[in-house]
Amino acid sequence: MTIIVGMADLKVTKEPSSMLTTLGLGSCVGIALYDAQSKVAGLAHIMLPDSTQIQNNKNIAKFADTALKKMISDMLLLGANKSLLKAKIAGGAQMFAFESLNPGMRIGERNIEAVRRQLKLYNIPILGQDVGLNYGRTVELYVNDGSFLIKTIGHGNKTV
Amino acid sequence: MELFTLSDVHYEIMREIGNIGCGHAVSALSKMLNKKVGMKVPQVKLLEFGNVAGFVGGPENTIISIFIGISGEINGMILFLTEQPSARVLVNMVFGTPKNTELSFSEMELSAIQEIGNIMCSSYLSSFASLISKSISQSVPDMSIDMAGAILSVPAIEFGKIAEHVLFIESVFSTETDNVSGYFVLVPDLPSFKKIMSALGVD
Repeated sequence: MTIIVGMADLKVTKEPSSMLTTLGLGSCVGIALYDAQSKVAGLAHIMLPDSTQIQNNKNIAKFADTALKKMISDMLLLGANKSLLKAKIAGGAQMFAFESLNPGMRIGERNIEAVRRQLKLYNIPILGQDVGLNYGRTVELYVNDGSFLIKTIGHGNKTV
Repeated sequence: MELFTLSDVHYEIMREIGNIGCGHAVSALSKMLNKKVGMKVPQVKLLEFGNVAGFVGGPENTIISIFIGISGEINGMILFLTEQPSARVLVNMVFGTPKNTELSFSEMELSAIQEIGNIMCSSYLSSFASLISKSISQSVPDMSIDMAGAILSVPAIEFGKIAEHVLFIESVFSTETDNVSGYFVLVPDLPSFKKIMSALGVD
């Protein structure tokens, strides 16, 4: 079964035949978490680095900090072991050149930094990543083995 | 950042800005092609983040986008979005190759598409600047042909800072024989949004 994670959304599952996917990541970052022992998987599609910088922050799946916190607690409820969680991340592209001139708009880079910082806070190692550059990515997280497939238009596909 | 919520009045004003901007962009296109170009009434689309790419065929659909950054008294961005079949029709008009149906483009065709997008966005922006009596500088245009979701994440994130929805103004224009659709997305940053609203008499 394919479980689609939208923009500013997160889903967790332990259904072994399932695949979690999020389509067309640009400057947003896809965070995949996986516990290889309990085979609990989670995928978040975050848009912004930090909920504390934004007043309008009720949508917890929109921000790196709040999305990760929620995803970890949802995964623990499904039986994941916090100390066994491993991460794979993708996205954080800079789709247009102008964004690099305007520091407020280098959001892809800031999203990646925030995700790395948050993962470090929870002591979750990053096992694989495909981030930055200037193109879109679709990602697929396979629940049976935690493999993370990254697909692009014209920049190849890879599994990490 | 202080609390800010978009109200109906704000959306109404954005619709009107879209109306005026698209009208000027379409008239620029008409002059460029020396053809009559008709325009449908623009529609304001208020979309959930999860459905941001639905109107252009879903997040994985390939779209063509021209991006121009805006700075000066107003900061933000404008995007012109179109799909490959529409871009093909535009290119065929420019180069006089009406039978070409290729959905991939040569370097020269790509620069023509970028220039068409640039001219339309510039017309949109100059009518917008005079509407609000502010001076606006625009960046060199940049083009991306990629997944709709990835491209639209850029304006979605800007809206995401102030709202739970994305506001797109859709303009569909057509020539006598072929349908060409394009979309403009004007995204001011939060301080600029407030300046625009107060320039038009809304708090």
